[in-house]
Amino acid sequence: MATGPHTSEFKNPVVRWIDARLPVFTLMQKEYGTFPTPRNFNYFWNFGALAMVTLVIMIATGIFLSMHYTPHVHYAFDSVERIMRDVNYGWLLRYVHMNGASMFFIVVFIHIWRGLYYGSYKAPRELLWMLGVVIFLLMMATAFMGYVLPWGQMSFWGATVITNLFSAIPLIGPDIVVWLWGGFSVDNPTLNRFFSLHYLLPFVIVGVVFLHIAALHVTGSNNPLGIDPKGPQDTIPFHPYYTIKDSVGLVVYFMVFAVLVFFMPNYLGHPDNYIPANPLVTPPHIVPEWYFLPFYAILRAVPDKLGGVVLMFASIGVLFVLPWLDTSPVRSMRFRPVARIFLLLWTVSFFVLMWVGAKPAEGIYITIARLATAYYFLYFLVILPLLGRLERPLPLPESIALPVLRGGGPLPAGAMSKPMEKA
Amino acid sequence: MAVFRTTLKAAALLAGLLSAGPALAAGPTVPLPDVRFSFDGIFGTYDRAAAQRGFQVYKETCAACHAMRQLSYRNLREIGLSEAEVRAIAATVMVMDGPNDEGQMFERPARPSDRFRSPFPNEQAARAANNGAYPPDLSVITKAREGGARYIYALLTGYTDPPEGVELMEGMYYNAYFPGHQIAMAPPLNEGQIEFHDGTQATVEQMARDLTTFLAWAAEPELEQRKRMGVRVLIFLTILGGLTYAVKRRVWSDLH
Repeated sequence: MATGPHTSEFKNPVVRWIDARLPVFTLMQKEYGTFPTPRNFNYFWNFGALAMVTLVIMIATGIFLSMHYTPHVHYAFDSVERIMRDVNYGWLLRYVHMNGASMFFIVVFIHIWRGLYYGSYKAPRELLWMLGVVIFLLMMATAFMGYVLPWGQMSFWGATVITNLFSAIPLIGPDIVVWLWGGFSVDNPTLNRFFSLHYLLPFVIVGVVFLHIAALHVTGSNNPLGIDPKGPQDTIPFHPYYTIKDSVGLVVYFMVFAVLVFFMPNYLGHPDNYIPANPLVTPPHIVPEWYFLPFYAILRAVPDKLGGVVLMFASIGVLFVLPWLDTSPVRSMRFRPVARIFLLLWTVSFFVLMWVGAKPAEGIYITIARLATAYYFLYFLVILPLLGRLERPLPLPESIALPVLRGGGPLPAGAMSKPMEKA
Repeated sequence: MAVFRTTLKAAALLAGLLSAGPALAAGPTVPLPDVRFSFDGIFGTYDRAAAQRGFQVYKETCAACHAMRQLSYRNLREIGLSEAEVRAIAATVMVMDGPNDEGQMFERPARPSDRFRSPFPNEQAARAANNGAYPPDLSVITKAREGGARYIYALLTGYTDPPEGVELMEGMYYNAYFPGHQIAMAPPLNEGQIEFHDGTQATVEQMARDLTTFLAWAAEPELEQRKRMGVRVLIFLTILGGLTYAVKRRVWSDLH
């Protein structure tokens, strides 16, 4: 076993002194400097970094907002308005935080979709994927509780509807709801605990993100071809190649973010949340934030309350077992002509659910929601398991370096055919 | 180019997500009139004269029932009133203060630092005085209604006689734009009811437009600063993006 100081190769004496005792510089150099990364990433591989940056932005703005926010049913709404009017650049902090939540979900939805398209969930990255799903669940909980804090009408009624879901649990459901509320309705104790948890959960997310990245750096990244790097000619150091490529994506991302914050800050919100919470007046339509709409649509597609709740949680839960549902050894959908079509249809069903989730649960909308829900699950539970056996994938390229050096276009059919079994 | 294809795909995804926005609420069924305001668009600013006239309309008409408790008299400096004018406006209102050294509450003339005085002490009093209806606080009203400032303007100018066959409930008025069309608020603006300080003709449209400008300012006093900063941020990011992309090409050139 190695004992004694670490042999550091850094020239700067201060850096070397620290590094010999705590090799953080060596670690950073290894994990973010020379870290061997497939050379063929496309811009979809920006979104992990974008999510990381967004998490930092959310925590930074959130800490400053909490210095001015008052978690009390009588003062919460007014304290938010005070941030908007009297705190220096308070409007900027709040609009960045508010729209940052939407940007976070846009980025994470694309990040997850990239995983679905390029098969990033398959061996050996199953645990990496599952940690990602945990982060997604934590994000949803955090976003939901954050939306309650301004104590507007949608805050209050959204909290009422969502916490009431737990009453569907047989026998102990109603007791659980009372326990969640800290009383017999959504009230001051609920707001207090939501504020506390809204501050806590992001740091739990940071912890799971650390594990997510640690797992990534064990298996290495997937890539658009979905084949493993065969040697040094297939990889490039993370820095400077991907630090600069991520920077390009980051600037574009900030531009979209800036358009939302500066020119349409309330576009993705609901006007009713600028009406102070009133337990005696129910809004005509209680709608969650846009990023919850697909799951809300699944909830409402089932006539039975418990069934709806179960199916809604199952829509995320199914992602946990996805690595074992998809039986195909081929990762990237580029080489799965049939599965690709079914995945695009699944994407359509997701957007249909998002759209129908904002509509009243009546008439034709219920039928549409049910069809889309059925396909959402059919894709994971039936189509993917069967396709692994039935589909004939396209031949996989020999290595990453070959098609990249040829210019990255589509491969000539059969030019580098290789038996599928070896993938 | 694979890069372009994937970028396009990502853009399409993003566009799809953003377009989910307007679908969020089943808004008013009647299309709103196509009015333009000085604060529209990325370079929009508040017309100070209109906002000041709008404040006069609020003070002389709306303030009888509607509170604006998020605003202080000092905020009126932002729409171009002078320090002396703000002091004078505040001084005409009596507010409750205290307790004093003897432990008594007392009334005194308002100062610029005081919040706008609310017409009613609480919601119950407001309802009792208004036939059971609650006149909402107007501080953020343009943000709190689907359609925003355009809806407020439409509502203010949307009073008509009920169409054939529509039976109004006791004490209700017909409004083309109000959800359900029956509104408890009597038509608040009537031709010539205000004598504007600057001599502007007080037509219903003029008063509605001025009042809407004032209410939009009250709801989003940061709008001008926000849009100005947004333009600068986007210019900065465009340049930074161009530079970053150039560096990226340079760094990657030895690989291709």
